[in-house]
Amino acid sequence: MGLLDQQFADDNIVITKVDDLLNWARLSSLWQVGFGLACCAIEMMATSASHYDFDRFGVIPRASPRQADIIIISGTVTLKMATRIKRLYEQMPDPKYVISMGSCSNCGGPYWEHGYHVLKGIDRVIPVDVYVPGCPPRPEALLEGLLKLQEKIRNESLVKKDVA
Amino acid sequence: MKSHEEIYNLLKEKFGDAIGQSITNLPVESFIEVSPLKIHEISYFLRDDNELLFDNLMLLSGLDDMNDKKVKQEDGSIVDVPGTLSVVYHIESTSLRHKIVLKCSCPKDKPEVESVNSIWRSADWNEREAYDMFGIIFLNHPDLRRILMPYDWEHGFPLRKDYKNPEFYQGMKVPY
Repeated sequence: MGLLDQQFADDNIVITKVDDLLNWARLSSLWQVGFGLACCAIEMMATSASHYDFDRFGVIPRASPRQADIIIISGTVTLKMATRIKRLYEQMPDPKYVISMGSCSNCGGPYWEHGYHVLKGIDRVIPVDVYVPGCPPRPEALLEGLLKLQEKIRNESLVKKDVA
Repeated sequence: MKSHEEIYNLLKEKFGDAIGQSITNLPVESFIEVSPLKIHEISYFLRDDNELLFDNLMLLSGLDDMNDKKVKQEDGSIVDVPGTLSVVYHIESTSLRHKIVLKCSCPKDKPEVESVNSIWRSADWNEREAYDMFGIIFLNHPDLRRILMPYDWEHGFPLRKDYKNPEFYQGMKVPY
């Protein structure tokens, strides 16, 4: 499945499929919206920092949603924030992906019953590709979530959407 | 430095009926009951009197006293009698190093308390929060808007004990 598997040894030519090329390019440079909400955001920042180094997967925080490919919903989404997140998501160019990080954005977390102000799951507002469980998830868990997302993108097709 | 009793006696002497009971023997701090429509005048005295000099409002918070009652009528029907909402003031004097707690109670169907924003500026956002969470109206507050909930929130005041969550807010389902 790798892009370079079918390289011809004696020429500077690589033969591949358009799908594979596009998918490889997309999954290798997932720029995320520089955006965090709560304690999950601390873990997300730790994942970006030198020890876990998100950048080795091509993930860089980008200061504008208009230049980003992925948004990581890292923390408790209040109803007030949900309307803003929807707006951020709508400003992102296609193709765009969403990782829901932590119990709060997955399903409301500890606020599921008495949180009068909390949205019980970000998937009520925007479509989610990968859910990362944890409260908060460790950086390893977020990296695993990212690898899952890369796997999903690797199996996309221009002809058929979401063949995974 | 003055004790709770000394301050209570000073206030009682000066304001008479506007000062209610002094509640002591609590596991928490003792407090003084104050009329909600006299709190501005009393606060002004507390801040500027040379023996008191309460220059710092540490915290102003709203409270639902949880005293709603269901009263059974003679014909057998049950009528809800609304209880009271309260505002609690924790104030201290940084120069004389004494503290006091005041409490204003107002009925739930007409929750009006005078604002103390013109005396302690830190009251501004605390009063907005008490309004946002409990619906207490602060008379003469310069900018009494919601502060935590969305500005267009129309489903009541969430920390009241009789609050019910709405089914939807802006098309988003609210309950789990």
